[in-house]
Amino acid sequence: MTEAHHECCAHHGHHHELVIENVSVNYRRVLALADVSLATSCGNRVALIGPNGAGKSTLLKAIAGLVPRTAGTIRWRGTAVKKWSREFAYLPQREEVDWSFPITVRGLVEMGRYPQTGWWRAFSSADTEAVDRALEALALQDLQDRQIRELSGGQQQRAFLARALAQEAHVLLLDEPFTGLDRNASQLLGDLLAKLAHEGRLVIASHHDLNTVPNLFDEALVLATRPLAFGPVSEILTPERIEQTFSEPAAHA
Amino acid sequence: MITDLLTNPFYQRALVTAGFIGFANGFFSGFVVLRRNALSVSALSHTMLPGIALGIFLTGSLSQWNAFFGALFAALLVGLGSVAVARGNRVEQGTALAVLYTAAFAAGIALLPKLDTRQELEHWLFGDIIAVGNADIWIAFGIGAFILLITNLLMRPILLTLFEPNVAAAQGVPVRFIQYLIFTLLVMALVSSLQAVGCVLSVGLLVTPAATVSLLTDRTSALFWGGGLIGGIGSILAVLVSGKFGIAPGPAIVIVLGLLFVLAYLFSPKYGLLAPKRG
Repeated sequence: MTEAHHECCAHHGHHHELVIENVSVNYRRVLALADVSLATSCGNRVALIGPNGAGKSTLLKAIAGLVPRTAGTIRWRGTAVKKWSREFAYLPQREEVDWSFPITVRGLVEMGRYPQTGWWRAFSSADTEAVDRALEALALQDLQDRQIRELSGGQQQRAFLARALAQEAHVLLLDEPFTGLDRNASQLLGDLLAKLAHEGRLVIASHHDLNTVPNLFDEALVLATRPLAFGPVSEILTPERIEQTFSEPAAHA
Repeated sequence: MITDLLTNPFYQRALVTAGFIGFANGFFSGFVVLRRNALSVSALSHTMLPGIALGIFLTGSLSQWNAFFGALFAALLVGLGSVAVARGNRVEQGTALAVLYTAAFAAGIALLPKLDTRQELEHWLFGDIIAVGNADIWIAFGIGAFILLITNLLMRPILLTLFEPNVAAAQGVPVRFIQYLIFTLLVMALVSSLQAVGCVLSVGLLVTPAATVSLLTDRTSALFWGGGLIGGIGSILAVLVSGKFGIAPGPAIVIVLGLLFVLAYLFSPKYGLLAPKRG
């Protein structure tokens, strides 16, 4: 157990565990993910690392319920997650988002509230406060009326994090959140993820820059369609393992 | 002279119909613009021709109802067919749509000479809002009201899906159902504007209003209501002035909407070509 984990439990007073058992995913006849198991809990930042096509995004999508599992179970806080959970938030890769969509930062964050409000109920003062709090937590109040295209890469990433906070998500599933960010923005996002985990959330992110893994994450899962290793970053990221997983030199951000 | 026209019952009906269809389709154009599939709207509009021809071929006569169901059937078949083919991941949806709609259009053209209703078919191609009959009005109002009702009820899941389907699915939105629903409503909207502006020009009514609004605002809801207002008011204006310039009302509607778009493109305070450049 990492130190962050214990701090998280001090915040919560109880244990929130995510247990993934023998999850496999097939796209048509192609095996994308085979027999992945891991157990972790809130307060941790988990990196999914591995070469391109290793199934990092697929695993995130499988946890979020975006792709059907061909086998395996996912349990969160002791309850099986059949398809999706309100407590999970999925943050897509930045290039997959249509940033020209006519929506303001506030509008984007308000969308995170829809699981609570349902399809029809108007926003209550509690919903509005949740949105305000989320914007404040990510220092986006001054940008809330901006069109989302007018944000920098780091701010766009924060806007989606704010959306997840408005949703009161406990598990944040991020697809390559650091890709395309400059050094400062990466640093800021890294600090934010640390803070969010410290407050009791579980952060799971695919990541391809091995050099930054020790600074940004507590645990790592090395994937190559199958899980090769899982555990605290210091134990996982050994030179031999890196050699074995990546046939080519480590990619850079 | 305008007052003469306004007391003419045909004219009154034409104005009301144009205003209503303009509003309903203008409202829906918000989804077309957000979904970035203006081209597939244009493809679908072409499949209504073979649909109408098929309707006449099967029933032996041209009426509002068999034309309506023919067009609806063909457009749904081609539209949903392209979505289904695209799910195979091998052929992209735009490609599938182009294959299916050109094939359907060709079949329609092959069928046309075998029908002896060519004269009236013209009018389905280009519309004739002055000659609008009771059945047309009911079809247009019924479909328009249905589309407005459904889209307003499902506004949140539809917007979530259009913005980012993966994030929407992770929030529990039935994304696939919503995508098929939008497609179905789109086809219904196309068919409902047949009488007013015809197969081909109906595309203009379903794209231009929200495209204009998107140049003026960043608020999502404004796209729908603003599109509805521009579509409705623009259509009424167009019918009013069409007589003066001796233009048929259908093309006049699309010309007016096109002009409004050009105005917004040039003079929009934020996105206009002539807007002050910002750092």
